[in-house]
Amino acid sequence: MMKPARKQRLILIILMILGAGTATGFALKSFNENLMYFFSTTDVVEGKAPKDTLFRLGGMVIKGSVERPGDGMMVRFKLTDFSKEVSVEYTGILPDLFREGQGIVAHGKLNQQDVFIAEEVLAKHDENYMPPEVKGSLKNQPMPGKGE
Amino acid sequence: MFLVPDPVVRFFHRMASPPHFYAFTERLMPWLVVIFLLLTAAGLYGGLYLAPADYQQGDSYRIIYIHVPSAWMSLFIYVVMAIAGAIGLVWRIKLAEIVAISSAPIGASFTFIALFTGSLWGKPMWGTWWVWDARLTSELILLFLYMGVIGLYGAIDDKRVASKAVAILALVGVVNIPIIHYSVEWWNTLHQGPTVTKMDKPSIHVSMLIPLLLMALSFNVYYLIALIQRVRIELLQRERSSQWVKNKVLEVKQ
Repeated sequence: MMKPARKQRLILIILMILGAGTATGFALKSFNENLMYFFSTTDVVEGKAPKDTLFRLGGMVIKGSVERPGDGMMVRFKLTDFSKEVSVEYTGILPDLFREGQGIVAHGKLNQQDVFIAEEVLAKHDENYMPPEVKGSLKNQPMPGKGE
Repeated sequence: MFLVPDPVVRFFHRMASPPHFYAFTERLMPWLVVIFLLLTAAGLYGGLYLAPADYQQGDSYRIIYIHVPSAWMSLFIYVVMAIAGAIGLVWRIKLAEIVAISSAPIGASFTFIALFTGSLWGKPMWGTWWVWDARLTSELILLFLYMGVIGLYGAIDDKRVASKAVAILALVGVVNIPIIHYSVEWWNTLHQGPTVTKMDKPSIHVSMLIPLLLMALSFNVYYLIALIQRVRIELLQRERSSQWVKNKVLEVKQ
């Protein structure tokens, strides 16, 4: 059996943690939008993304959509969240992990034709780690995990 | 009490007594060091030599053998610190207070290592050293919480009062722990989702996973070693006027 004084202190501590937890929970809930690092392509197509300011757009580079019109550094590709697609244009050096079928996050804004003009492109690594041979044998099967 | 077997209860009661703790850890330390060296050697050999390169990242992924265990430790040590702080507050056990404050610098170091190695990996892989996404930001807040604990403890002269203040700060900061862990699931982040610590099967090949788990174990043992050394020093300082410390000093002098 616990002594009453100790029990009281324990209850106070538990209440304090619950209080801090609830307050933080509400704060996070109200800032939920701001805590999102990027908008999805569906958000952009549905007009939820900001119109005239810079924002971040995340999605997977559609296989076969990467093209380099002209011989400069300009790249054009399509992003998807497996529901809606957005075209992206970027001029500059792409990160190592940028490739078709890979998740990326681009920073930029939409132009008049609803094409996303990116100023910066970051690769989003997925949570899968495996040796190349295993990847080769998985080629014709769906990827393990979510594979964003 | 709570269905814990009697010998275990007696063990913890004895450990809560500073002279017993001091003597016991002295005998324990060589064993811990040997286990730590073996685990680290096995983990590094497995991770840097035996494990294959990644299908996308090549050899750069090998930083996970430092980054991931450090990040796990940064969360785990915080939880240990908060629980020890709570035990100190409720039961007024001196040793628990000391475990709490001694954990802070170790946890802060692991947090720094996790942030630093992540940044090194982020530049070539993501294309940036740092982004303000939910995972990176909440881990940075963890570092500030650790530094807050260390600073607060240093600012109060009476160490028993300081321990209480620090315990309350640590306990309030506990809300950050689930935020760090679930940040990659609750919000869109640049940081990838969990690979190992999820309900599903780990999405890492077993040849890469085993060294990772060995490194995680080795970091845990390192924490134990560093913690025990810090606790012993803090104990001697706090108990410097007690008889057992005087006896210890006389023993060494002879």
